[in-house]
Amino acid sequence: MQSAISLSLSSPSPIARSGVANTSNACWPMPRSLRFCGLRREAFDSAASFDASSLRFVRLNLQPKHSSLSKVSAVLKGNGAPSSSGFDYDLVIIGAGVGGHGAALHAVEQGLKTAIIEGDVVGGTCVNRGCVPSKALLAVSGRMRELQNEHHMKSFGLQVAAAGYDRQGVADHANNLASKIRSNLTNSLKALGVDILTGVGTILGPQKLKYGKGDSGEKIITAKDIIIATGSVPLVPKGIEVDGKTVITSDHALKLEFVPDWIAIVGSGYIGLEFSDVYTALGSEVTFIEALDQLMPGFDPEIGKLAQRVLINPRKIDSYTGVFASKITPAKDGKPVQIELVDAKTKEPKDTLEVDAALIATGRAPFTKGLGLENINVQTQRGFVPVDERMRVIDANGKLVPHLYCIGDANGKMMLAHAASAQGISVVEQVTGKDHVLNHLSIPAACFTHPEISMVGLTEPQAREKAQKEGFEVSVAKTSFKANTKALAENEGEGMAKLIYRPDNGEILGVHIFGLHAADLIHEASNAIAMGTRIQDIKFAVHAHPTLSEVLDELFKSAKVKVSSSSAVAEPVPV
Amino acid sequence: MASLSFSSSVSSSTPFLRPSAFFLKPRSISRLPLVRAKIREIFMPALSSTMTEGKIVSWVKSEGDVLSKGEPVVVVESDKADMDVETFYDGILAAIVVNDGETAPVGAPIGLLAETEDEIAEAKAKAAAQSSSAPSATATKVEESAPVATKVEAPAPAVAAAAPATPGKVVATPYAKKLAKQHKVDINKLVGTGPFGRITPEDVEKAAGITPAPKANVIAPVAPAASAATSTASPAKAATSFPEIPGSNVVPFTTMQAAVSKNMVESLSVPTFRVGYPISTDALDALYEKVKPKGVTMTALLAKAAAMALVQHPVVNATCKDGKSFTYNSSINIAVAVAINGGLITPVLQDADKLDLYLLSQKWKELVEKARAKQLQPQEYNSGTFTLSNLGMFGVDRFDAILPPGQGAIMAVGASKPTVVADKDGFFSVKNKMLVNVTADHRIIYGADLAAFLQTFSKIIENPESLTM
Repeated sequence: MQSAISLSLSSPSPIARSGVANTSNACWPMPRSLRFCGLRREAFDSAASFDASSLRFVRLNLQPKHSSLSKVSAVLKGNGAPSSSGFDYDLVIIGAGVGGHGAALHAVEQGLKTAIIEGDVVGGTCVNRGCVPSKALLAVSGRMRELQNEHHMKSFGLQVAAAGYDRQGVADHANNLASKIRSNLTNSLKALGVDILTGVGTILGPQKLKYGKGDSGEKIITAKDIIIATGSVPLVPKGIEVDGKTVITSDHALKLEFVPDWIAIVGSGYIGLEFSDVYTALGSEVTFIEALDQLMPGFDPEIGKLAQRVLINPRKIDSYTGVFASKITPAKDGKPVQIELVDAKTKEPKDTLEVDAALIATGRAPFTKGLGLENINVQTQRGFVPVDERMRVIDANGKLVPHLYCIGDANGKMMLAHAASAQGISVVEQVTGKDHVLNHLSIPAACFTHPEISMVGLTEPQAREKAQKEGFEVSVAKTSFKANTKALAENEGEGMAKLIYRPDNGEILGVHIFGLHAADLIHEASNAIAMGTRIQDIKFAVHAHPTLSEVLDELFKSAKVKVSSSSAVAEPVPV
Repeated sequence: MASLSFSSSVSSSTPFLRPSAFFLKPRSISRLPLVRAKIREIFMPALSSTMTEGKIVSWVKSEGDVLSKGEPVVVVESDKADMDVETFYDGILAAIVVNDGETAPVGAPIGLLAETEDEIAEAKAKAAAQSSSAPSATATKVEESAPVATKVEAPAPAVAAAAPATPGKVVATPYAKKLAKQHKVDINKLVGTGPFGRITPEDVEKAAGITPAPKANVIAPVAPAASAATSTASPAKAATSFPEIPGSNVVPFTTMQAAVSKNMVESLSVPTFRVGYPISTDALDALYEKVKPKGVTMTALLAKAAAMALVQHPVVNATCKDGKSFTYNSSINIAVAVAINGGLITPVLQDADKLDLYLLSQKWKELVEKARAKQLQPQEYNSGTFTLSNLGMFGVDRFDAILPPGQGAIMAVGASKPTVVADKDGFFSVKNKMLVNVTADHRIIYGADLAAFLQTFSKIIENPESLTM
């Protein structure tokens, strides 16, 4: 790979490319490549990375100084040399999850000498124990669901004999996908020349840290800027004994070591919902245990209610709301899993459940232990590293810690893989001298049930609260998948899209979609929010017919905005 | 949003039997008929055929609001949609019994409507009594009584005693609970057969009298284990589940095929035995050649021969109906098995011993035509006393017939084939021989009876002149 790169130095194409890259960087404060769960880069595979690294070489060779070769044995690759003398690296990222990966890629693109420290496996939670393997399981569950739905098949005129599955085959699919994505991610970092330093990273002081395994082989390095991107681990409330077999977290569930007849899922958020989709498709019955008074608490209430009618009520699922699982004992001595429920408010014992397995999906806890935060006087809050809106770490006295940032689940702002990546890119923009504040309201989220749920921005109650405080009007527009040709062709008319907006200026406050491929449809809305596009403008955009995207087209068109299109009429283009 | 109206009058009668303190408290009861208050109930409507309970999304009106007929009062969420529920009566919303976000079974009161302001206080008192006494009047308790539509005058029967209330001890799976609610099965009365004694969906289906639909999602590696488990659980119904073979095609029985299936299974209760007999057919074949131009069929010849033999052996024409006695049939009706349109039917040649060969042949022709047109009358196919089945035309040399219920014997006729035979003097010759095999009910027909019958039959076939007489 490296020899190949040196060849490209003399070729003219990289130079042309570097020019393109520069202009694009100048134009867009937002990075071009907002990585979605790390799945972006490997699409190009090594060939694309190859181009990118050669491009770096070209630019770095313009300033030919390999002055301070690092003390560490790390090989200097396309990553270049630190721009400011006295440091081993321009940027060191602790944690090679999706957040760290996104930050590293952008840092190299910006000409920073970058290293990434990983104590476990490259890819972090998302790739190894999260979104990636779960998508593999959900792909299986979607097909099972379809094949089992006799009515659905009949309406297509299809006849299918009883659908069955091989558990190990399903589990292998998830595992294979994770390893493929992991190696793609690793390759993309290597191809760019990012130094992957193995071990646990600990901050020793300002701009100084060590990494390594145990006491032997620990190395101390310095960096101009440090990003903490250590992510999170499944949160297991106290009283719950996880044995990894009958009482499990998402980490275990994704290995799909067994499919219980009856599984209790503690928590009805994204993780719980997705697993309920998988387990019920594979033949399990599911009991939800939700501490809040209603299921799916994080979603827009209207969407949540509709989703509940489709995803929960007709399936083999029941639920207990307003209760905590105060004690969960794994199955042993011929007894099933025992779950003690207490009232979430009064703490009085309410019920005992006996099930075959329990999945703890109560959320995720930041993984910030051993980071050496005490060395720089930073106190975590419930484990989260406190940061400001620019991801700059705040110390115990409320002051900013210079050159230290924290992104992703570890800061708890928005615990999504692509949010971490966006935050990382935002930080890189800042350390390269361009002020950047990420608009979290433009970050979409999706739940990959069948059908999917997606959202961006505010929920209706949040928008109304904000409107009351700030004194503006809020309107809501809705469209149904039942009116969409493509959805009907697929026999998937169930679903709705909902737009929350300001009628006075056409600002999009939030969009929520429940229906076929909702997770892919949301980006038109999230991009509009990120770019500040108003409804009166986007409603003139054209959508191919017949596609699901017309659900959003119709949504924007049905909004009643009091101002007219802001953009000037474009020059007519002869065709 | 659709609108439905639902409300009922409380003052005259109580349209529901909810075991709440409201109706059990003597004070309220005595006061009710005295004060001719018009307090009406707004109760949970059934918004869809599958709805068993509804959730109050929100009350459009609040307590004390004046309502007029047709106005939406409350939004109810069913399993399908949210709907506005409006009132049929003018009045004042005196009390809300089921609050926003709470759930009530179909038919349960969710609010009280007072006609005048004077009744508000009273209605409120009732509502308070109702909600305080039954804070956890959840669906399971109410289930038993709520759907009863009978109007019952106060005092209401003491239903409270029936509530067993053994929370946590009844373990039922989520789907079992859903099914129980759907089919109105009291889950507390079921005995679970699942692991750890839990109530499974199958238990509920059994209690509801539903034959469980074959599981669509049979999981390949698990299937054998699952069927093994069910067969041990209910040994009486073993062999009810077979491993699924991918690509198989299920075609339901026609009525005729279902009848055959039923008869064949029934036949298993009869102890049968079989006796075979080789018969020379040279003479019969010669006769057949002679009478064939006159429209006589081989079936008619065989039927006539069997009928003539049966005259001499009435026991073979008898029936064992109750396992305790012989029923000797007065007439000899020969049923002949015929394959037809993927089915099997046995048109009956009645009084075959009395009709001559030509009439018999004509009769047979009519019957076959009728059978093809599916116009056979019941007595034309179910009045047989003896059955003849002939597969000889296919070249079958011998076979074994199953005795149809209600008859004493059935004869299976094979093909007639040239056979080398040695006579008593040791001379070889080639003769046409057919094998006849009779299956009989051994409760009434013994080996010697059947052997004697066959001997007679063979004599008739070998000397067939008597058939034409």
